[in-house]
Amino acid sequence: MTLQMNWSRASTLLQRLGSVIGLVLLFIVLSVMSPDFLTTGNLLTVLRQVSINALIAFGMTFVILAGGIDLSVGAILAFTGAITAGLMASGHGMVLSVGAGLGLGLILGMVNGVLVSWGKVAPFIATLGTLTLLRGLTLSYTQGSPIPVTNQGFALVGGGYVANLVPLPVIWMFIAFIVCGFLLRGTVFGRHVVAIGGNEEAARLSGVRIAPMKVAIYGLSGLLSAFAGIVLTSRLYSAQATAGQGYELDAIAAVVLGGTSLAGGRGWLFGTLIGALLIGFLNNGLNLLGVSSFYQQVVKGIVILIAVLLDRRQ
Amino acid sequence: MRKLTFLAAAAATLLAACSQQGPGESSPSAASTAGGAAAGGKPVIGLALSTQNNPFFVELKDGAQKAADSAGVQLVVVDAQDDPARQISSVEDLIQKRVSVILLNPTDSSALAGAVQSAQRANIPVITLDRGVDGAEVASHIASDNIAGGKMAADFLAKQLNGKGNIIELQGVAGTSAARERGKGFDDEIATTGMKVVAQQPANFDRAQGLSVSENLLQGNSDVQAIFAQNDEMALGAVQALAGKNKKVLVVGFDGTPDGKKAVQDGQMAATVAQQPEEIGRLGVETAKKLVDKQSVDKSIAVPLKLLTKE
Repeated sequence: MTLQMNWSRASTLLQRLGSVIGLVLLFIVLSVMSPDFLTTGNLLTVLRQVSINALIAFGMTFVILAGGIDLSVGAILAFTGAITAGLMASGHGMVLSVGAGLGLGLILGMVNGVLVSWGKVAPFIATLGTLTLLRGLTLSYTQGSPIPVTNQGFALVGGGYVANLVPLPVIWMFIAFIVCGFLLRGTVFGRHVVAIGGNEEAARLSGVRIAPMKVAIYGLSGLLSAFAGIVLTSRLYSAQATAGQGYELDAIAAVVLGGTSLAGGRGWLFGTLIGALLIGFLNNGLNLLGVSSFYQQVVKGIVILIAVLLDRRQ
Repeated sequence: MRKLTFLAAAAATLLAACSQQGPGESSPSAASTAGGAAAGGKPVIGLALSTQNNPFFVELKDGAQKAADSAGVQLVVVDAQDDPARQISSVEDLIQKRVSVILLNPTDSSALAGAVQSAQRANIPVITLDRGVDGAEVASHIASDNIAGGKMAADFLAKQLNGKGNIIELQGVAGTSAARERGKGFDDEIATTGMKVVAQQPANFDRAQGLSVSENLLQGNSDVQAIFAQNDEMALGAVQALAGKNKKVLVVGFDGTPDGKKAVQDGQMAATVAQQPEEIGRLGVETAKKLVDKQSVDKSIAVPLKLLTKE
């Protein structure tokens, strides 16, 4: 038993190091190839660009670890962003509007959880349904037009800086990382998430209450998506009806690149952060190098495919 | 251990491969940037496109590229795939690359003000192309007169239909100034005639959506004499929706893309209000070059439109 634990630990460690070394190598290559890459300004810029995807991907990590998938994250982001901006536009305060947006995200995520656990709908289908539903609700709420943000305090959430240097979204990302990391590693909740993804039946037999756990896991994903939506809305000075399209795929890519298994039960949050950074640095580096945007997508696709193929070989 | 080496090596190789391939595809001068410093003191101009999934913006890019080649400047093109957040990121990348001027073709009028301001803080002037940016001053705005274009389309239909008839309008992406202005120019002019817009719905400047929205609207409105689409892609979708229906419906598009012009010549579309995207791209680069040379430029440059019909 101990031996087995050690062995599995050692192999996960190796696998985990993969994404880190991938990032370091990418970093070195880009530093050599572009003189504009390795500057404080550029690195902070990339961190800020990555923050939205990372926030979503942290929640996605829990969902995927528990053997599920959440396709509705981008739609939750758009809907909660629109509601938050809409509340402020109709004269409500920033704290109440942001609180309502976050609360709404949590509830929408929990709805996903209820559909998946009690409704016994496959996560892919359940969240595809809520994705479509929420896209429609967002379009009808916004009438397809952006809702402008006029609240100056709110504009700082995504556009402000700490010490005139570090963008606030980067701070949010690291706070979320620490909180989520603690949830995953330091609490019973986190251990149960991994247990469900490893073997749901075994987890159930050993006393894990599956349904409430799933509601909480998808709720967390919804909450983080709403948080990302609020940061993005602030950053864009407006809530966009079509915001966040395809973000679910970026988040899943970050999780997978980070070495979390799509089959569930195996993975880590730090890897997701690294995965998000890999995607961000790749985007940034290809732009700095002046690579045609058509090839950029080809490169990203190939990198993701390689990561998944290697995951299957494990 | 294998996994990490593979992944890292693959990413590195791909990067190296692409930086050699990419520039060959778009601009011969970009190859030297991949190696390091800005090509031999050549000024670098950034072009942030909203999307290349629309021939209009590809033509705009081609026009800009030609002008850049003949003016001896290097053009770096980034593509936002119609996502404002992605566009902000790519504008930031251009700022980090320290380009001399940014030509911005915004995905959306309301979301890019912050990005324009960051460029200006970095002393990089911004010129907007085709769409404007609300809430930020730019060095120059270069676009077609969309309101006049909408009016042109309405006048054409009034003449063809003797001022009477029912019209379906396919709208562009809500919230873009192009959709708003074309719609306004068209609707205001139609209101002065005996014609009526019986249905209008967004098909997001997209051909597939233009097809399905037209099918639905034609199903619900049998007595229709004309379809006005706020771009050619949607108009071509409408043409497909009409194919096989034994019905005479005039389709008028907007933009004058190669496909659109061809459809007009073939008689499938009655007319298109042609923009000159290559001209927008060319003027963009030439205006940027003036800024690089410290010359003054006009705040607003209107690129003429023309109505194309089958001769």
